[in-house]
Amino acid sequence: MNEFTSSFWDLYISIITLVSILACGVLLVAQSRRRVAGGEAETTGHTWDEDLGEYNNPLPRWWMWLFWITIVWGLAYLALYPGLGSYAGLWKWSQVGQLEQETARHEARFGPLYDRYARMDVQALLAEPRALAIGQKLFLNNCAQCHASDGAGSRGFPNLTDRDWQWGGTPEAVKTSITQGRTGVMPPMAVALGEQGTKDAAHYVMSLSGLAHDSIRAARGKPLFAQNCVACHGAEGKGNPLLGAPNLTDKTWLHGAAEPVIIETITRGRTNQMPAHQDLLGEARIHLLTAYVLSLSRQ
Amino acid sequence: MRTDGAPAQVVEQALYEVRKTIHPRAVHGWFAGWRWALVWATQLVFYGLAWLPWNDRQAVLFDIAQRKFTLFGLILFPQDIIYLTVLLIIAALALFLFTAVAGRLWCGYACPQTVYTEIFLWVEEKIEGDRMARMKLDAAPLSARKFALKAAKHGVWIAIALWTGFTFVGYFTPIRELWDAVWSLGTGPWETFWVLFYGFATYGNAGWMRDQVCKYMCPYARFQSAMFDKDTLIISYDPERGEPRGKGPGKGHCVDCSICVQVCPTGIDIRDGLQYECIGCAACIDGCDQVMEKVGFPKGLIRYSTQHAMEQKLTRGEMLKRAFRPRVLLYSAILWIVIIVAGVSLWNRVPLKVDVIRDRAAISREVAGGLIENVYRLQIMNTSESARAYRLSVSGIPGIRIPGETVIEVDGAASRMVPVSVRIAPGAAEAGTHRIDFDIESTDDASVAVREKSVFIVR
Repeated sequence: MNEFTSSFWDLYISIITLVSILACGVLLVAQSRRRVAGGEAETTGHTWDEDLGEYNNPLPRWWMWLFWITIVWGLAYLALYPGLGSYAGLWKWSQVGQLEQETARHEARFGPLYDRYARMDVQALLAEPRALAIGQKLFLNNCAQCHASDGAGSRGFPNLTDRDWQWGGTPEAVKTSITQGRTGVMPPMAVALGEQGTKDAAHYVMSLSGLAHDSIRAARGKPLFAQNCVACHGAEGKGNPLLGAPNLTDKTWLHGAAEPVIIETITRGRTNQMPAHQDLLGEARIHLLTAYVLSLSRQ
Repeated sequence: MRTDGAPAQVVEQALYEVRKTIHPRAVHGWFAGWRWALVWATQLVFYGLAWLPWNDRQAVLFDIAQRKFTLFGLILFPQDIIYLTVLLIIAALALFLFTAVAGRLWCGYACPQTVYTEIFLWVEEKIEGDRMARMKLDAAPLSARKFALKAAKHGVWIAIALWTGFTFVGYFTPIRELWDAVWSLGTGPWETFWVLFYGFATYGNAGWMRDQVCKYMCPYARFQSAMFDKDTLIISYDPERGEPRGKGPGKGHCVDCSICVQVCPTGIDIRDGLQYECIGCAACIDGCDQVMEKVGFPKGLIRYSTQHAMEQKLTRGEMLKRAFRPRVLLYSAILWIVIIVAGVSLWNRVPLKVDVIRDRAAISREVAGGLIENVYRLQIMNTSESARAYRLSVSGIPGIRIPGETVIEVDGAASRMVPVSVRIAPGAAEAGTHRIDFDIESTDDASVAVREKSVFIVR
């Protein structure tokens, strides 16, 4: 915690601080009474502009006590809290410690709320408006940055409001996606297919979901698909939720359905990542989020 | 002052002194009557208002934890902080105005320090007796009687102070619940702290500190001299009538009875002229008038007058006419403008607040059918007390619409965050940024409507 390599600076700060406080005390004592040269005791003896004097209007004595209280307060503060160099203070207070305390208090207050919902299964939560409202808040704070506030995603970020699930749409699969994250990798196929082969394969893929395509190229692409793509996307191109390989026969196109986009996907591959949220959110919140995410496609 | 002359001797001087307690003599009269009227008026409001119910809740409650201020039918949220600012501006301007016209009116009649000191002095007089009796009691050695009197006085003071602290906290936490909590010793740590702290401040300031608050602590007392001018009404002793003091032929009207000094709560002699300690309470006027009446001189040897009136021998009418000088007229004009603007704005206040936040990550997306979609979050805040339904609509681009739910229900005095998707047909707008407007209107009251602008982005 101490950035300084030598304890000199600790001492330097501590000594300056303590000497200053003590000096304030000395100054107070020295200034509470003064010997004035001159017969008129009612002036302070200060003279400005040659002949302008100042009446002595004594402050009440309790005002003096206020000064002493601040000195005692300052010393007590320095004893209890870290103020003198690397000295940690009697109360061992630290910012990290305070954060941990507040986090613990927050958990103690809101933990039981989450625990109650954590004991219900996802199907039951779907019928619980309060649980879904909490889920929505969690979603807006943690998920909406990529999946958009309405959960419909955008290019490269899956739409959660349709019934199409790249990694499976069961409560368990959705929960696993949030907890552990997902990494979907489509390898680059440019070397294996060549420029023309890539274009042919692209037209075959477009034919699978009924997009407008060049049927000659699609016919040439079919064997290329069978050689290179079926391992993940399956013989019929229906995909494989275990690998996150998308179904190519539906209307859902995560990165876009235009010919150049599909060609780019095949040529350069895609790496798409959903980050893991286990450490960030914890079991109970992820449980509520799972229910909320599933509720999006059931409306 | 001049300090010339040879130094004769060396003297030791204390720059701090033990305070001498001031025992002001009780006074009755026209101005004391006004002060008591204001004591009653302010304290009935302060102690009473917290108990007033309104729509099944406390009429005036500043709920800091919920960030919700209720003032009768009005519910204010943090977004309404402008009204608090305006209230402070009105208070400050009113202070300028009153001070310019008649000096420290606030200090002398309505300031809590004056009001509570007046109450505490009344208690003191009832228990310990009048000024002479109190001075004698203070000087006497401790006896059973002295102890009993002092204990009784402090007991009553502390009771009033605690009740004041309790009432104060009752404006921030529902007072009826607080009352129950007090009797079951179940007040929270902050409630307990503030009841005791505010009680201690009342007891300490009105019982012990008194005039010292005005003399040494109050910043307003220091800067208000800037608002005085030579036409400001101040408590003035008329030296021309009064001097030379004393009784008998050849003497002025001042019989040197020192009543004006005895009644002064800050312990000054008004006959020395205007002093910074004078809080303008007019106790010396009441005191002097009674004496003048007894000795058969006209009243008003000490009176509200202005420096110009004294110097130029103005009649009362001429003096009062000068109240309408540019400074006063300007203060009044600004004050009225602020009050009217604030009043109109409060009257026309719509109990609905909407904030539109555009989704930043998903700028613009294409959905089924090639439609272009943008996503927004609408924070809809219902600041009325009953639940309401609102209809959403959007305009600004031909054919722009909201595909999802457009009727949103929000509970009374609550807010709701709603994600809203907005769609346009492909080609309805060029690529770029387009200004659009959201209209949110209550389904049962068309006057409760808000229009918020935002932008629609086409890629």
